[in-house]
Order: sequence, then C-alpha cells, then structure tokens
Amino acid sequence: MIVQTLDIGLAALVLTLAGWTVLARAAFPAVVSYVTYGLLLSLIWVRLFAVDVALTEAAIGGGLTGVLLIAAASKRRKSAVLATERDVTPPLRRAIAVLCALITSALATVVVSLPDPSPSLAPQAVQNIAATGLGNPVTAVLIAYRAFDTMLEKCVLVVAIVGVWSLARDRCWGGAPGAPTVIAQDGALTFFAQLLPPLGILIGIRIFWIGADEPGGAFQGGAILAAMWMIIMMARLADAPAISGRWLRIALAAGPIVFLGVGILGFAAAGSFLAYPAGFAKPMIIFVEIFMTLSIAATLPMLVAGPPIRTPRP
Amino acid sequence: MSFALNLLSVTAISAGLIFFLAGTLGLLRFPDTLSRLHALTKADNVGLGLVVIGLLPLADNMLAGLKLVVVWVLVQLSGATVGQLIAQSIRRFGQTG
Repeated sequence: MIVQTLDIGLAALVLTLAGWTVLARAAFPAVVSYVTYGLLLSLIWVRLFAVDVALTEAAIGGGLTGVLLIAAASKRRKSAVLATERDVTPPLRRAIAVLCALITSALATVVVSLPDPSPSLAPQAVQNIAATGLGNPVTAVLIAYRAFDTMLEKCVLVVAIVGVWSLARDRCWGGAPGAPTVIAQDGALTFFAQLLPPLGILIGIRIFWIGADEPGGAFQGGAILAAMWMIIMMARLADAPAISGRWLRIALAAGPIVFLGVGILGFAAAGSFLAYPAGFAKPMIIFVEIFMTLSIAATLPMLVAGPPIRTPRP
Repeated sequence: MSFALNLLSVTAISAGLIFFLAGTLGLLRFPDTLSRLHALTKADNVGLGLVVIGLLPLADNMLAGLKLVVVWVLVQLSGATVGQLIAQSIRRFGQTG
C-alpha cells in the first residue's frame, strides 16, 4: 500500500516535471527540470526492475544530455537571440504543440491498448542465454541477439562527433576544443577533479565488467569513465586533445571498427554476420565490449567539449 | 537485539527525513541564494548521513553496508563541490533570481 502510494507519487512527480519542462519560459530552468526529470525517470526504471535501463537513463538522460543542454543554454544566453527563435511565430508554435500532443496521445493509446500480458520475447531471451555464456539477459540482447542495432548505435556516436567537428572554423580544423565550460581556476573543483577520477575509473571499469552477469555493461561503464574525463577537462587539469590526434581518433573509432571486424569474422567462424562461434561467444563479447567502452568513454566527453576552437599547433 | 537495531533504523531515518524536510523548507523559503544553498547542503550532508546510518543495520552484508557509506561520501563530495561552485559564481556574477 505504502509502496503503491510512493509509486503513484513518483509517477505524478515525473509527469509534473515533464509539464514544467515544456512550459518553462527560459532555457535554463527548462534544462534543470529536464535533468531532474531524467534522474526521477531512472528511479521509475528501478521500480520496474529494469536496472540496466535505469543506469543508462541516469547516465545519459540525467548526466550527459544535462551537460550538453546546460552548455547550450549558457552559450545561448551569452549570444543574441537566435534567428530561428524569432522565426518561430505563435501560429507555428501552436502547430508544434498540436503535433507533439498528437504524437504523445498516439503513444499513450498504443501503450494503454497493449494486450495483457503484453507480447514479450523475454522467455526466448532467457532460454537461449546459455549459448552466449552471459548471465545478464539485457547484455545478451544488446550484444548477441540484436548486436546489429548496438553496432549501428556505436557508429552513430562516430557520426555525431563528425557532425560536431564539422562546425569548426577552417583555421581551427585539427586544433583542440575549448574546456566544456569556462570556469576560472577554482580550488574546490580542482580538488574534486583530483579526488574523484581514481575512484570513478574503478567504478566505471567494474560496471563494465559485471555487465556480463549483472546490471551494467559497456555503455553504463563507458559513460562513467566519460564523466571522469569531463570532470578533469572542466577543472582544467588537462586540456581537451587536438582533434587531429591519432590516438584520440583511434579511441573514437575502435569500438565500431572492432565490432564490425568481429561481425565479419562471424562469416568465417560461425557462418553469418555478427555470429559468435559456439562455446567462444563470451570471450569475443567481452573483447568487443572493451573497445566499445573505450570509444564511449572517448566520444561522450568530445561531444561535450564541442568543435575545436583553437588553431592547431604546427 | 533486532528490536534495538530496528529502533535505531527508524529513529535515524526519521531524523534524516526531518533534515530533508527542513532543507526543502529552507530551499523554498530562505530569502537569498547563499542561505538556500546552506539549507540544501545540510539536507545532503546530515540528512543523507542519518538515512544511511539507519539503513546500515538493514544491509544484507558488510559489502552492501560499505557501498551505502561510499554513496554517502560521494554525495558529500559532489554536494560540497557544487555548493562551492554555485557560491563562487554568485560572488563573481552577482545574485540571480
């Protein structure tokens, strides 16, 4: 009874925050409530026993998107009102609202009209998990049953980086991005950035490692590692690397390339793309995940760091 | 023994919740940002600390208890740092809102 009340309260809170995010007049309050919304949403995922999703939501919805949006909001506050914003006339605004409302109600209708119990592939996922050597069915889905999707997701990250870098001015091409946020040297932040990363790196690697059998995995672990690098860059303990750096580019591309390589190897070893040879699946999955973690840990901070703004050193 | 531990849990968690309540009230009612920050960090530090103390006897094993303590230490650390950063940006750019 108490738990149900809390659940309903949590859901009501998330809905209120969602409404507040949409209705907020200024960008910054909207971003703050969106981040809170993401964090509370991850609590809902925990209540639905989807801890893997909760970890991802907290890392991406709460953490990464939050940093990106706050940076965007503060940049926008400094610059003049964007031209596109002036172009959004009240009728257009209303049209957007109607369209969003339609999409939301369509989604809600679908969710409400799902048969009960809803169709599920969970039994099959659990039934075949022995073949992968994994203990966590979510990881099995991500990296074995629908490995193709996951591989494409990793490619999307590379495309995103290319997109961000393509905003660079010509003379800055090959140079380094600035610090994610401009904060003057600050004792507290420096201390924090010196103290936290050793522990955070440990936790990130552990979350990646236990992902085979428990909630966790490459994305969640990689996101924590990425956060550590972001903190170090924000505290100016280390500058963002030049985008022409060979090691940076290798780290960014390693995940998709290794994934693709292992996938092609599947033709020879197991007869089809992205198939793992029987009895040897788990080591290969871990191998792919190591490079995925590396790429995620490198990509997310570089996305936050933004396009290069310094001219390359000769 | 278990009654005493339960009592400790209930007492500590209730006390922690009071701190959270007070912190929330302060956040809503205090006149300026620095005071609001002060109220907020009290809830984080003492409130969460008391909740963790209350949860310790309920932890399954030593490791789970240790994790709870680590969570508290990490929240302390980030709360203190963010508090400093917000306070400094107020000093530099002045009060907003």
